[in-house]
Amino acid sequence: MTPSLEPDAPVAIEVRGLEKAFRIPTHRVDSLKERIVRPFSARDYRELRALDGISFEVRRGEFFGIVGRNGSGKSTLLKLLASIYRADAGAIRMAGRLAPFIELGVGFNSELTARENVLLNGVMMGLTPAETRERLDDVLDFAELRDFADLKLKNYSSGMLVRLAFSVMLQADADILLIDEVLAVGDAAFQQKCADAFRRLKDEGKTIVLVTHEMTTVEEYCHRAMLIDGGEIRQIGDPAEIGRQYLRLNFQPSSDLGQDAAPATAQGARLLDAWIENAAGERVAAVERGESLRLRAELELTRDAFGLGLGFIIANADGVGVFEFGTGLKDRDGGDALGAGERLLVSAEIANPLAPGHYYVHCGVHQNLPPKDEEVSLYAHAAADFVVFGTVQTGGILSLEHEIEAVVESDSVAK
Amino acid sequence: MSPAAITPELREVKGPSAIGGGRRRFLDLLWLMATTEFKRSYFGTVLGYLWSLIRPLMLFAVLLFVFTKIIRIGSDVPNYPVLLLLNIVLFTFFQEATQNSVTSVVAQEGVVRKTQFPRLVIPLAVVLTALFNLCLNLLVVFVFILAWGVDPSWTWLLFPALLAILFVFTTAVSMVLSVLYVRFRDVLIIWTVMAQVLFYATPVIYPIEIVPEAYRELLMINPLAPIFEQVRVWMLDPTAPSAASIGGSALVLVPAAVLFLATCAFAVWIFSRDAPRIAEEL
Repeated sequence: MTPSLEPDAPVAIEVRGLEKAFRIPTHRVDSLKERIVRPFSARDYRELRALDGISFEVRRGEFFGIVGRNGSGKSTLLKLLASIYRADAGAIRMAGRLAPFIELGVGFNSELTARENVLLNGVMMGLTPAETRERLDDVLDFAELRDFADLKLKNYSSGMLVRLAFSVMLQADADILLIDEVLAVGDAAFQQKCADAFRRLKDEGKTIVLVTHEMTTVEEYCHRAMLIDGGEIRQIGDPAEIGRQYLRLNFQPSSDLGQDAAPATAQGARLLDAWIENAAGERVAAVERGESLRLRAELELTRDAFGLGLGFIIANADGVGVFEFGTGLKDRDGGDALGAGERLLVSAEIANPLAPGHYYVHCGVHQNLPPKDEEVSLYAHAAADFVVFGTVQTGGILSLEHEIEAVVESDSVAK
Repeated sequence: MSPAAITPELREVKGPSAIGGGRRRFLDLLWLMATTEFKRSYFGTVLGYLWSLIRPLMLFAVLLFVFTKIIRIGSDVPNYPVLLLLNIVLFTFFQEATQNSVTSVVAQEGVVRKTQFPRLVIPLAVVLTALFNLCLNLLVVFVFILAWGVDPSWTWLLFPALLAILFVFTTAVSMVLSVLYVRFRDVLIIWTVMAQVLFYATPVIYPIEIVPEAYRELLMINPLAPIFEQVRVWMLDPTAPSAASIGGSALVLVPAAVLFLATCAFAVWIFSRDAPRIAEEL
């Protein structure tokens, strides 16, 4: 688990009042001819505020997670940190050397051999060519690709590429690493190796900023996490808490977190049916207190998609969210790319600690990695409802397993 | 704890720029990119170096035939065949470098959008690769020149100066083209045509003295023209009109010099203005 961070570690990254807006021309002039023929034609654009006054600090040796929905500004933030974009306002200060990559293998040229690519990448990361040559063998050994050092990258498999890219990054010797969705690559053995490498980086006191959709990664590695939405910081804090906030955001597309009147939204997917089953698998509208229950939802995609996350929120009659949970789509042969028209069945089984009362089930789908502007998302408010009945009325919203007794202490009134 | 030896200080991160990321890294990257590309073009194919010679040599053979046997403008020019060869090799450098530069930044999209990469390295590396090619080709040309019987002269030592001017101008044009292409995709087509125009507007295939007087000064506005003319004087034909003497006085060089400097200044200005935003425009 996460080793503790030195409490008085110096600040490694300091961000103050960062702002960034993109100008999106309403009519894009992309030929010189057009610009010359009509030099004064109106150049209208609308401004898209990607980041709106972001301030935070990351300490040295910290593993800092940034999470947020698509379009929340998290990638823009990373690109600003990496000096790929220039900020409109605000300041970024860093202590130490930054690995100038935000994605694995971006500097790779498929026409060159692994050896040449490692050399080029090393120099890109600020090493001298001599230093890079010294490390060449280590890099190839770590990636287990020594036998393929002189093979052109175009002949590499994607797994080999990822391994090479990952080990190149680890050799960079940078103090600060910025990483955009790179974990969980390769086969299980290599994943283990990567996990070990990450721990090593962490032990060496490297500062790592990670942007990801994988809540498990955030919870496993990060000391702290930050949730951003709409270009603003929602919360910075404990990764587990941020993870919950993130899930809640995902299932509630409207920006207010209020329980009621969240409108049902759907694009790219359609909810066919949602229902409750008892432990025997019968479709029911009511279960007894303490009897486990199953949630089922059937969906149909109306558009191609991949990387879907699906989940449920159980809310009580007052609209208070009692429990939220979700999952990615289980792998099947051919990867997780889905075609329009495919049907998905989400099944969940939960123990039932709910207090007697009336409950609603909201159902959500979101896409982790959308192909630009083709996002699939769905939020069905109160897709199903059920009643928990029981003889004992308890206060509160849960009915927990408990033992309770009261006794008179025999000598308490001794004179 | 482990290596907490030196605590680095917080330093301002300035964002992307044309050069950014330290001078040593800039030069290392430039050198590595240019040499890898150069090696790739020579060791990647079976005939390697021969291929890059074939294009200028073919052009040379065709033009030599046309201008000595059919149109005959070359027949009374001293050392015409080697002059033609030298000119073609030099112009090939300019054309290859600028043409390849146009799409260079866009072609490196992944690097530009996902890493902190000094943008200027990209077009510079293209020009540098072309320069390596030029140097190899010049070796061949020198063999031809000596074999043709041209006497070596001390003015040959001045040739690198002309080469330097040509290199600077080529670089400036390449910078402008590569950064314009990010926003205006018709630059590629426009430049293909422009390069063709420049080929005829520069004394490559004809000697300057057969151009009617009235047009000579016009021709000399083209910054490439005085360079090529002076190469001819210093390398092959001391009796040919020097760049400065074409219009009767050195003043004829003023427009070309102004245009040369303006191109360089414009290149530096537009590249440093646009470099920080290239990643967003792509």
